[in-house]
Amino acid sequence: MTENELAQKSNQYRQRILKYIVGANAGHTGGSLSCIDILNVLYNYTLNVSPQNFSSPDRDRYIQSKGHCVEALFVVLADKGFFPEEDLNTLCKYQSHYIGHPTKKVKGVEQNTGALGHGLPISVGNALAAKMDEKDFRVFTLMGDGELPEGSNWEAALTAAHYKLDNLCAIIDKNSLQITGSTADVCNTDPIDEKFESFGWAVKHVDGHDLKALKEAFDSLPFEAGKPSLVIAHTVKGKGVSFMENQISWHHGVPSKEQYADALKELSEAL
Amino acid sequence: MGSPLVESQVGAKPNLEVFSSTLQELAETDKDIVAVTSDSRGSGKLVPFGKKYPKQIVEIGIAEQNLVGVAAGLASAGKKAFAVSPACFLTARALEQIKNDVAYSDNPVRLIGISAGVSYGALGSTHHSLHDYAALRAINNLIVAAPADNYETEQAIKLAAASNKPLYLRFGKKNMPLLTTDEEVPFQFGKGRVICKGSDLTFIACGETVYPALQAAEKLRNEQGIEATVISMHTIKPLDKVLLQEIAESTGAIITVEEHSIYGGLGEACASFLLQNQYNKPFKIVGIPDEYTVTGSQVEILDHYGISKEGLSNTALKLLGKM
Ligand SMILES: [Mg+2]
Repeated sequence: MTENELAQKSNQYRQRILKYIVGANAGHTGGSLSCIDILNVLYNYTLNVSPQNFSSPDRDRYIQSKGHCVEALFVVLADKGFFPEEDLNTLCKYQSHYIGHPTKKVKGVEQNTGALGHGLPISVGNALAAKMDEKDFRVFTLMGDGELPEGSNWEAALTAAHYKLDNLCAIIDKNSLQITGSTADVCNTDPIDEKFESFGWAVKHVDGHDLKALKEAFDSLPFEAGKPSLVIAHTVKGKGVSFMENQISWHHGVPSKEQYADALKELSEAL
Repeated sequence: MGSPLVESQVGAKPNLEVFSSTLQELAETDKDIVAVTSDSRGSGKLVPFGKKYPKQIVEIGIAEQNLVGVAAGLASAGKKAFAVSPACFLTARALEQIKNDVAYSDNPVRLIGISAGVSYGALGSTHHSLHDYAALRAINNLIVAAPADNYETEQAIKLAAASNKPLYLRFGKKNMPLLTTDEEVPFQFGKGRVICKGSDLTFIACGETVYPALQAAEKLRNEQGIEATVISMHTIKPLDKVLLQEIAESTGAIITVEEHSIYGGLGEACASFLLQNQYNKPFKIVGIPDEYTVTGSQVEILDHYGISKEGLSNTALKLLGKM
């Protein structure tokens, strides 16, 4: 896939995220828009995961710790052919399998997530199993910056370094906002890089909307042999829709009919 | 009727030791078996296991949430993970990981709660697990069991290794005499084990309380001519409803016995079933009342709350109107 095609996918994904959030009248709009470029690069470039190999023990694993941004994951999985995209018309509807967090009832989803601070420990277990079985699959987990105060993350960060899990890559969607306000005001976790480095991780910063930079970062894994890798992806909450960008009201805001039309117009024009 | 009571402690080992020796035996041929510990290999009797199979033990350190999360990740990648930690910490601190990462995500972690109930005795309430049945019973997709003796323990571990289901097993530290039954049926989760039969009343017990229930039954028979059935209801969830229904119809009274709070455990599980199935004979739940326990050893604490030969036989006599 060319850079241009990949960029077009991000744009289409953003439109679909909004479409299904509007359809469900619920969703995590800002965070889904901030992490979608990361998911795009992972699923369309980096990960060895497809509907065909999903039951293979050798597939790469992607575990979304920030489960609330499930709309981003679902539109990518649909695009990859895990399930028909029209299924997403049932998102959050009565008796649908497509709930507001990742669930294994949906093909392509590795783990049921939603409670924060759970993705990294499970990913550590996956990566440890790969080492024990001498398999070369890799494990990726996407975390929000707002979930970093969960203590289980730091417990798992210790274990990952202790067992030298260089087949593990954690990505932080650092949009610097969470539901209450800026992460710096709620519970400052900066400097994230120094904290993880002191825990024994190798860390890289990347512009989380620069597809080329994301590709290069993932291409260079592991950042250091014998160490787990952390990508701090600097992102903008609500990215791609100007009136949503950096506005905490869009954490789980649902666009009105007019706002949805405006957003689609802006995204279409950017194509 | 009734089987001879084994008063002798000869050959009796703590269930915990049988857990570790059985796991070690299985690990020799099954290389997917992994013990996951939270600085608990000593208290889990897993030091020999770790020495013999260093590649099949994962030390997490004292971090129970991570213990369960990592075990879930190991299980989802095909390992048979036995997450071993004191029951008090495993089922309270890591409850959300048990709920989400194990049960809800259907990752077949074998959760092993060691030194359960009041096994830690005078170390006090931080180290007691009197809430675990209640907390875990309310979580979907989790077998909850407390084997009574070395036989049940060995069978439970073998079944746990062979089956691919999330489960919680709880063990104490005390030597547990082997219980013998008139007709041994193959051990199965969700199938109670009838230790002896008698029509006057029934003790339904689990874990380490089955033995004092059996002692009480023998005392009642010898001293009062009262014939009691004793059931090791090792699986608290799913409960053996077929056996309960049979007992409800045939017995004169029911006493449940558990090393757990009287709230939310085996007793209330039985009560719920019985009340909804037309049982209207005497019924009593024996367990730890709603308080932080008296100070003492495990035996002293259990004695204090009537979970003993004397205490249970007195409870039976009262329930039957003979005291
Ligand atoms: Mg954030």
